[in-house]
Amino acid sequence: MQLAIFWIFAFFMVFFGALVVLLRNPVSSAMSLVLSFLFLAGLFMTLDAFFIGIIQVLVYAGAVMVLFLFIIMLLDLKSEKQRKLKVGAWLGGGAVLAGFVYTILHVVGRMPGAEQAMPVLPGGVGSDVARIGWVLFERYNMPLQVVGVLLLVATVGVVILSRKELK
Amino acid sequence: MVTLGHYLVASGLLFTAGLAGVLLRRNILIIFMGLELMLNAANLTLVAFSRFHVGADGLPDYDAQLFVFFIITVAAAEVAVGLAIIVALFRAKQTVHVEDLDNLRF
Repeated sequence: MQLAIFWIFAFFMVFFGALVVLLRNPVSSAMSLVLSFLFLAGLFMTLDAFFIGIIQVLVYAGAVMVLFLFIIMLLDLKSEKQRKLKVGAWLGGGAVLAGFVYTILHVVGRMPGAEQAMPVLPGGVGSDVARIGWVLFERYNMPLQVVGVLLLVATVGVVILSRKELK
Repeated sequence: MVTLGHYLVASGLLFTAGLAGVLLRRNILIIFMGLELMLNAANLTLVAFSRFHVGADGLPDYDAQLFVFFIITVAAAEVAVGLAIIVALFRAKQTVHVEDLDNLRF
């Protein structure tokens, strides 16, 4: 049962991830990316990381992809004409990707602990959100403040970048 | 039975899809989407390791999930800034095709 759920989520995640690259229309690519992120959130849930799964849906599939679609519509890319494929570049890229996949399979195949089954969690421990919040504010309080400053800087930077007269 | 290796291979394939987007496509928006796919593949690896590495109390290692939390935050900031740069670029050059952006080419 668990294995079947894993295969369904993993297959569709990789399938829609590949469609992002293969589809020519940027809007279709963005929609495939949303679906890929949703199945990835499902995989997070199978790993009992419910908080991360919810964050994935809210931030990535929600906010980030809306931003992407907004920009695609704003730039109005449908007028872009088809360009000729560069056979050499696609062959070279395909070779690099094949080597990469081979390396991953090779490394994971020989990694000690890769055959390890998922450990059973103790029952009655409550939600993982409470425990993540505890760790976040107890041990990662300083990084949390720093990330807040980073978001502020990014917001100001975006406002500066998108002003009409960029000098 | 689902093992750690299953999740690592799935994450590796997702990373490959993102890498393909960066290597093979010439539309800067698709390249950017490929970057997001690669970031998420790394997140999947971290969460898988977190779940398979239980502590003495039998709970997952939450440090890795906090790491993913920070990665998602930084990625959201990165997307905002990156898309603003792309819009500025499009205003200046009227293109999102990377081969048309050759000002720095020698």
